Amino acid sequence: MVQVRVPTPLRKFTGGAEAVQASGSNVATVVSDLDKQFPGIKDRICDEAGQVRRFVNIFLNGEDIRFLQQLATPVKAGDELSIVPAIAGGR
Amino acid sequence: MTTAAAQVRWTVSAGPASGPLVADSVVELIGNTPLVEIRTLRDGVRPDVRIFAKLEGFNPGGSVKDRPARKMIELGLARGKLVPGKTIIDSTSGNTGIALAMIGAALGYPVELVMPGNVSAERKRIVAAFGATAVFSDPLEGSDGAIRLCRKILADAPEKYFKPDQYNNEANPLAHFETTGPEIWEQTAGQVTHFVASIGTSGTVMGTGRYLKQCSRAIQVIAAEPEEAFHGLEGLKHMASSIVPGIYHEEELDRKLGIATDEAYDMVLRLAREEGLLVGQSCGATHVATLQVARALTGPATIVEIFPDFGDRYLSTTLFQSWMETA
Repeated sequence: MVQVRVPTPLRKFTGGAEAVQASGSNVATVVSDLDKQFPGIKDRICDEAGQVRRFVNIFLNGEDIRFLQQLATPVKAGDELSIVPAIAGGR
Repeated sequence: MTTAAAQVRWTVSAGPASGPLVADSVVELIGNTPLVEIRTLRDGVRPDVRIFAKLEGFNPGGSVKDRPARKMIELGLARGKLVPGKTIIDSTSGNTGIALAMIGAALGYPVELVMPGNVSAERKRIVAAFGATAVFSDPLEGSDGAIRLCRKILADAPEKYFKPDQYNNEANPLAHFETTGPEIWEQTAGQVTHFVASIGTSGTVMGTGRYLKQCSRAIQVIAAEPEEAFHGLEGLKHMASSIVPGIYHEEELDRKLGIATDEAYDMVLRLAREEGLLVGQSCGATHVATLQVARALTGPATIVEIFPDFGDRYLSTTLFQSWMETA
C-alpha cells in the first residue's frame, strides 16, 4: 500500500480525508485503485486519453513523476504519492 | 464600421505614453495601461462587435495587482495603520505578493508573504529579488491554506504587522473603481457595452464593474471563474468551493461563466501565436469567456476584457512545458 496525499479540492471524493491508502505496482495502477475506492477521482487527475492532466503534478516521495517514468513509474509499499495542482489558485 | 467605433480606435491609440514622462517613484507608474484590439482571434464573432484587451502586464510590477496593492498601502498609511517599524504581510499566490514587495521596497517597508508552495518559480524569485520574505504554505491546501497560515502568523504577533487583507479590504475594489473603470470609460470614449474579468479576490470585476455601471446601467459585467474546484488557472478562485472574499458581491454581476483549464491553456497558446500576446493563464480563461459572450451578441457592441499579466512569469509551469512537448 502507498499513502496518497489528496489536495483540498479533491477531498470531496475522499470524504474529506487528506491522505488515503491505495495499492498498485506503478502510479497508473495506484490511480486506478483510487478511482475504485473513490469513483470519479481519476477523471479529475487524468484526461480522456488517460494521461495526467496538464495542470496536475504527481510527486512520488517528493519527485515529480514527469521526470521519472510518468504513469509507469513503479511504486512500492510505504511510498508517498502527492497529487498537487501545478499552480496555486486564488491570488 | 460606425463612427462611434472609429472614435474608439482613435482614442485607444493614446495608450500609456500619455502618463508622466518622469515619475518621482515607481509607484506613480501604476495604471494607465493600454487597450489592444483583438482583431484575429475572434472565432466567428460578428464584425460590429469589437473586442479590446486591457493589458495589465504593463504595470511596473507586471500585473493588475499593482493597483489594489498601492491603494491598500496608501489607505493604510493615511489611517495610521502602517507606520515605520511595521512589516507588510499578506497571503497571496503571487501577483499581489510581487506588487506588495515592489511597493514595500519603494517606500522602505519590509514585506512578508505567505504563498502556497506551488506558486511558479518565477514568482518566488521575483519577490525574493525585491527583498521580501516568503513563507510557504502546504501546496495541497491551495490559496486557502495560505490565507489560514497568514491568519495564524498574524495572530501570534499582531503588533508587528500591517495586513492589507486583499480579500476583505474595500480598498481593493476601490482601486479599480478609481482607476481601471475610468480608464476604460475614457479609452473607449464611453462606448464600452460589456466588461469581462476573471475572479481571484474579485476586486477587479467588483470595482471596475461598479464604476462602469455608474456610467451606464446598460453595461454588462461578466466574471470568468474556473469551471471546477480542481483547476490550473493561477490566481483564480472557484467561488463555490473557496473561502469567499468579503469584497465579493455576486449580485452585482450580470453573469458568471465557468471556464475549463484545458480550454484556457489552449487559448493562451492561440493568443501568443495568433495575436502576438504572450499572457498568463487567467487571460486565456478571460478570452474564452469573452468569445462566449461575443458570439451570442446580435448587434454592435464594444467588449473590454482584462488581461491581468503577461506569460513570462509562467514559463516554468506545465502550461508552457506542455507546449514545448507539442512544438
